[in-house]
Amino acid sequence: MKQNSPLQKNPLSLQLDLSKYSAASFELATDEEKRQQDVMGESTTFFKDGMRKLLKNPLAVIAIVLILLILITIIVAPYIVPYSYEEILSVEGRRDKGAKNLAPFTYSKMEQQYIAKGGERFPHIFGTDEQCRDYFIRVVYGTRISLFIGFFASLIVLVIGILYGSISGYLGGRVDLIMMRIVDIIYSLPDMLMIILLSVVLNEVLVFPAGSFMARLGTNMVSLFIVFGLLYWVGMARLIRGQILSIKQNEYILAAQSIGAKPGRIIRKHIIPNCLSVIIISTALQIPSAIFTESFLSFVGIGVRAPMPSLGSLANSARGGLQSYPYKLVFPAVMICLIVLSLNLLGDGLRDAFDPKLKR
Amino acid sequence: MGKYILKRILLAVLTVFVICMITFFLMHAVPGGPFNKEKALSPATIEALNARYNLDKPVFTQFLLYMKNLLKGDFGVSLKNGREIKAVIAESFPISARLGVSAMIVALLLGTVLGSTAALMRNKLPDRLIVFLSTLFTAVPSFILATLLLLLFCIKLQWFPVWDASNQSYFLPVLALSAYPMAYITRLSKTSMLDALSQDYIRTARAKGVSRFKMIFKHALRNSLIPVITYAGPQIAYIITGSMVIETIFTVGGLGSKFISAITNRDYTMIMATTIFLATLMVVANLICDLLYKLVDPRIKYD
Repeated sequence: MKQNSPLQKNPLSLQLDLSKYSAASFELATDEEKRQQDVMGESTTFFKDGMRKLLKNPLAVIAIVLILLILITIIVAPYIVPYSYEEILSVEGRRDKGAKNLAPFTYSKMEQQYIAKGGERFPHIFGTDEQCRDYFIRVVYGTRISLFIGFFASLIVLVIGILYGSISGYLGGRVDLIMMRIVDIIYSLPDMLMIILLSVVLNEVLVFPAGSFMARLGTNMVSLFIVFGLLYWVGMARLIRGQILSIKQNEYILAAQSIGAKPGRIIRKHIIPNCLSVIIISTALQIPSAIFTESFLSFVGIGVRAPMPSLGSLANSARGGLQSYPYKLVFPAVMICLIVLSLNLLGDGLRDAFDPKLKR
Repeated sequence: MGKYILKRILLAVLTVFVICMITFFLMHAVPGGPFNKEKALSPATIEALNARYNLDKPVFTQFLLYMKNLLKGDFGVSLKNGREIKAVIAESFPISARLGVSAMIVALLLGTVLGSTAALMRNKLPDRLIVFLSTLFTAVPSFILATLLLLLFCIKLQWFPVWDASNQSYFLPVLALSAYPMAYITRLSKTSMLDALSQDYIRTARAKGVSRFKMIFKHALRNSLIPVITYAGPQIAYIITGSMVIETIFTVGGLGSKFISAITNRDYTMIMATTIFLATLMVVANLICDLLYKLVDPRIKYD
């Protein structure tokens, strides 16, 4: 066999005999043809993937739409409805005494005369209450306040829980042991009883200078936040500590450490993104439970102070005229149920979408 | 095992002590004494009254005295009507207990039955219906459900009389109180039943030709009950707080409604006594549930 000659082609081989072709007989693949070869899915981030799963869940989508509708209503309504939540109705400067306990979409006698004269009057969509105030705007403000309390209470719980839980989880050892014993004791306190007790006492003890921000919020609301800050963070702290302890065990942390990553980078790049989903989910589920607690306290009479309405206090004051004006109970009741239901569904959807490990 | 039980009992005793301490010192932080009335008393009278009720002693001594009396079962007297609190509790607690225990039994029974049914008929119509209703009911606060029930059945339809001395129907209060725990237990027992059904021992049992009835009741259901027991402990706390509003709405004269009226009247000794009593009850119930849980499930280690 001669050296340096091209390999002899096996007559049975299907391989092309290149000696028969020249460069001119080939053409380059176009970009489109190259892309057809690419079977990989588009690269996706953790967040995008979770959102895609979330939007495929019909219940979660309904919940998001409901929450958006409620949010738009409570933001826009005060600009459209010409009444305010503590305003006693009056027609042309005179107090309208007949506008008491009106049914939805009805007018009082004075208002009817005013309309007959050609005046314009905005309809009372939910009627009026026993003190001649427009009920729709009161329900709107009640929803605002209930949502505000739910959101900020969860934020307080989140911040304290993350700080306490992460310190305990990082330091470990004796510090962790003592910090967790404290959590155990607070956890075993009956929270609702303690909340009632604290609210009763704080309502008496807290006095704010008139005109300050705290005074505008009212002692009841401030004491509500203090109570949440004191008691409700323990669940979150436990959760965060558990997460950090289990994440610290992972191989990728060891790998990062062994190639010389600094603790700050490990915390930022590895630990926080990995517990983020758990944090978001439990915060989303914390909001409805805070709203529940607030409405319970308002119902008992130690929640938000009059004339400021919250959904719980509206429902409570509606009990007085239950027989004659049942709709006054129904509106705030339906509102609470809708908010809690949609937040619960959204929380469940978020959990299914972002944390497959938690799914059961 | 013995060490674990001892540890848990010690923690419970410590918790009860902390609760008593918090309650006592919080109530003493409220400005104004019990003798601050609209009609001003002479300083000499107030001094005499303070000496009579040991209010002139330092707060810590007062706390020790209070604790000593508590251990003897003496809760003191109500600030507003002067009645002995022990008598009030003895009279009203049985009513609350009957309401709470019935609600708990209804919630546990119906909850597990509905949850297991949903799991066994997975993705069929009954399952969807049960899941829908239980999701709905976990979003309704008990006081709203109670008021709506009162409105619908007592006032509009008049099927049930409103509660008074002659007519004591527990049906509606129990229904209102058990709705939330029932919905929660339904969801919980559905997931745990599904979990149990997918275990290897179920497949083994089926492969060996065990009847469907025996498989469900002997193998699956018993194992699926374990998480439900864990949940029963915290649920007692919910039942106790929930019963406060339910009793107030249905005007049932139990301890819960007494507590709420004590809060409205600012009757501090009554608030203090009831809080300590109910909190101790919750801690003890939790302790029992915890120990039961360990007893039922031998897989759990005592750490």
